[in-house]
Amino acid sequence: MNVEQVLFYLFAVGAIAGCSGVVLSRNPINSAVSLVAAFFFLAGNYVLLHANFMAIVQILVYAGAIMVLFLFVLMLLNQRDEELGPRTFSIAPLLGIFAAAVVSVTIGAGFMSYRNATANFPGEVPLSFGTAEQIGRSLMTTHLLPFELVSLLLLVGIVSAVVVAKRRL
Amino acid sequence: MSLTLEHYLLLSAALFTIGAVGLVTRRNVIVLFMCVEIMLNAANLALIAFSRFHLMADGQMFAFCVMAVAAAEAGIGLAIMVNIFRHKKSLLVDDLNVFKN
Repeated sequence: MNVEQVLFYLFAVGAIAGCSGVVLSRNPINSAVSLVAAFFFLAGNYVLLHANFMAIVQILVYAGAIMVLFLFVLMLLNQRDEELGPRTFSIAPLLGIFAAAVVSVTIGAGFMSYRNATANFPGEVPLSFGTAEQIGRSLMTTHLLPFELVSLLLLVGIVSAVVVAKRRL
Repeated sequence: MSLTLEHYLLLSAALFTIGAVGLVTRRNVIVLFMCVEIMLNAANLALIAFSRFHLMADGQMFAFCVMAVAAAEAGIGLAIMVNIFRHKKSLLVDDLNVFKN
């Protein structure tokens, strides 16, 4: 095993453990913190895939901005323990296992049917691949329309968040 | 044996499955939102892996747009949750049954 593989397995196990922590932990604050950890491990995987800019954006936007928003709302609402729900047995975990089986088999079969999924990655990566320069150039030329639509979407998001959360305008 | 596309796709499928299971089993609305974020991230990982595989940056553009959509979704969704909590004093999906009957 070379360094890349060791790092991949480290990041993969970390991401899976973090996401499992989100689902398994009872307190939403613990869920949020383990989700932050999972995002960091995913960013490590992006670096392994030569997507350096996306790795930085993942940490800044996801682990930074979005999760801070989640934690802020969690602490604003400040649910007490009895509000976290009863500890009674329900059918939900069984349903969850069934859903897990169905979803994983479906996605796995779909991915495996991709014709050359087991082929190695191309060995030589251009030095500019995945850098901020390449992404920015692409956003301003080929992908200009999606970029502008995203900015419009974020504007709508800002306005509607204010409108929804405010008691009265 | 070195890393292949398959490794990343299997990791992506595993993360997506964890997110889907959480969406079915958990009751707290904020945790459900986090599970949606996990699923979006699993899709992002697959997109970036394909982008590396074909050495085209388009996959990273998709992932970039997904992140923007996730940010907008989190902003609006959490605003809605604050409002729900104000009215119902609870964030459990079992208690959110205004449309029932």
